[in-house]
Amino acid sequence: MIYTLGIDIGSTTSKGMILKDGSDEVASSIVLAGTGTAGPKMLMEQLYEQSGLKPEDIAFTIVTGYGRKTFQEADDQLSELTCHSKGVSFLFPQVRTVIDIGGQDAKVLALNDQGKMTNFIMNDKCAAGTGRFLDVMAQILQLKIGDLEKEAEKADNPAKISSTCTVFAESEVISQLAMGVDMPNLVAGICQSVASRVAGLAKRIGIHEQVCMSGGVAQNGGVRQALQNELGVPILYSEQAQLMGALGAALYAYERVMNK
Amino acid sequence: MSQEVKKERPAPDPNSAKYKLNAIAMKAYADAQAAKDRGELIGWCSSNFPVEIPETLGIAVCYPENQAAAIAARGAGAKMCEISEADGYSNDICAYARISLAYAKIKDAPEQNMPQPDFMLCCNNICNCMIKWYENLAKELNIPMIMIDIPFNPDYEVSDAEVEYIKAQFWDAIHQLEEITGKKWSDEKYKEVMEYSGRTSRAWLAATSCAKYTPSPFNGFDLLNHMAVMVTARGKVEAADAMETLLKEYEENHATGKSTFREEEKHRIMFEGIACWPWLRATSTGLKSRGINMVTTIYADAFGFIYKDFDDMCRAYAKVPNAINLELARDKRVKLCKENHVEGLLVHTNRSCKLWSGFMYEMSRQIGETCNIPVASFDGDQADPRNFSEAQYDTRVQGLTEIMEANKGV
Repeated sequence: MIYTLGIDIGSTTSKGMILKDGSDEVASSIVLAGTGTAGPKMLMEQLYEQSGLKPEDIAFTIVTGYGRKTFQEADDQLSELTCHSKGVSFLFPQVRTVIDIGGQDAKVLALNDQGKMTNFIMNDKCAAGTGRFLDVMAQILQLKIGDLEKEAEKADNPAKISSTCTVFAESEVISQLAMGVDMPNLVAGICQSVASRVAGLAKRIGIHEQVCMSGGVAQNGGVRQALQNELGVPILYSEQAQLMGALGAALYAYERVMNK
Repeated sequence: MSQEVKKERPAPDPNSAKYKLNAIAMKAYADAQAAKDRGELIGWCSSNFPVEIPETLGIAVCYPENQAAAIAARGAGAKMCEISEADGYSNDICAYARISLAYAKIKDAPEQNMPQPDFMLCCNNICNCMIKWYENLAKELNIPMIMIDIPFNPDYEVSDAEVEYIKAQFWDAIHQLEEITGKKWSDEKYKEVMEYSGRTSRAWLAATSCAKYTPSPFNGFDLLNHMAVMVTARGKVEAADAMETLLKEYEENHATGKSTFREEEKHRIMFEGIACWPWLRATSTGLKSRGINMVTTIYADAFGFIYKDFDDMCRAYAKVPNAINLELARDKRVKLCKENHVEGLLVHTNRSCKLWSGFMYEMSRQIGETCNIPVASFDGDQADPRNFSEAQYDTRVQGLTEIMEANKGV
């Protein structure tokens, strides 16, 4: 049996997955603390506890994400672009476009028919259109991030959030609240705002079906639905969307072992 | 405790191209200062203004773009930008402009000083923001500005009408300069300058085209330094001599299997846009550490002008990269990619240059498709260090590398 480990240390969360023989999930975990925190250490402890494995049982570890350069316990590192492509195409082999929205960036990845990334596009430095944008908005509305989806579902007339800057959008949301716009319509407008920014990126690189969303924001049904409407194509999604980078890293780790 | 032993660098070879080119770049500033000290009138000049005009007239000029790049590369970009922002200039405008406007105000930048101007020479073929930047300098300093308008050309070729329009302005600029400085135009001198400019440009373009060899005999980042001479001194005999030396060295490197790119050349890319001067080391190391050689960039070739007479010179100045339409601009870049065996394109989305960054969205898509190469872009700025994130740059470059590796089956 060959155990490989994939670690994805993002800006806001740390994710990890242990695979057996490059296919079977043995353990996976998500810790809500990213690079520069105790998050990666806690993640490793959880993975070993869950799997009953010890560090010496792991044949190869690959780390990805923004914290990949500072994590010392891996054998190699890869970009999250490559790892998300790998993870998604493992679960959905027909996918040709991956939209990955993480804590601080949004990426659109073009895959070929072998599931290899052939091109990509990322958002600029601005946090609009990313998970951080949704965090800030949820905070203003005094909602939990997980409640955004439920609120958006109740909307009948989504508000228009036109500012592309997170800080300006914050004041726009506050003034809409003051004008009496109700919560569901405001939340739906926020989801729509993220979707339209990301759709702009996706259209630049070209949409080829099937399309799949990965990353933490993929769990937000409000954004998924809004993006589907913007792009006019169905969007696939896995319950493990946030773990796609870690899965891809663990799969690459397995390939390294087999190619040794 | 052991003492740090500093390695002594070998003395630079005065016959090397690097030595000669550095000396010319520094002498350009010294010559302008000396002219000013003699009481001569000197100008500040935009980078794609026809340098043949001041050179023929024997007028010393300095280049604010060149100075701003030097100031930014030496770490004072933010300080200078903040000075002009405090005066009310928006941080949305070009950082070269902000640095230049700050310099005109404080008149001292130890990173790169130059004499204050008596007149401005502006040509908008490479940038339209430059008109307002130069107008403001002229107004603030109460000096005349000579403006040459070379409009954006939507057609593939330069028409005779456009040549006539430009030629009339060139002559008008010459007459204005004669009046301002008291110096006289000489056709004989112009022929000489034209010859040197042609020699310099031919050698420069031949040197940059040595990237056709695999591995390339040079590190593409060298071009960013050497091009300072193409901007400031291409009409001088010393520049022609130095560029011919550079070409000879590159050909020799190829023949002997050497290169100024010190790593194994694993990948070859084209770099698009002005260099990210405040982060030159970070952007260069991010490539070099992965064995990526930036073998070609349109930015370097933009300063090579080949022409046979005055009319043809007007035509050449209408063909600089930012004055031409998307199709021609794309085809020039595709040619560079194909001739130099480029495997990926890295685009600098330069906050300072809205024009250049704006058209790159579509152009990079077309280049990527035509050449079947991956494209990655990163946010940065030619001179304002506040617009760059090293971690984001690194992820994009790593993504590009991983695609290039996958394409090679690594």
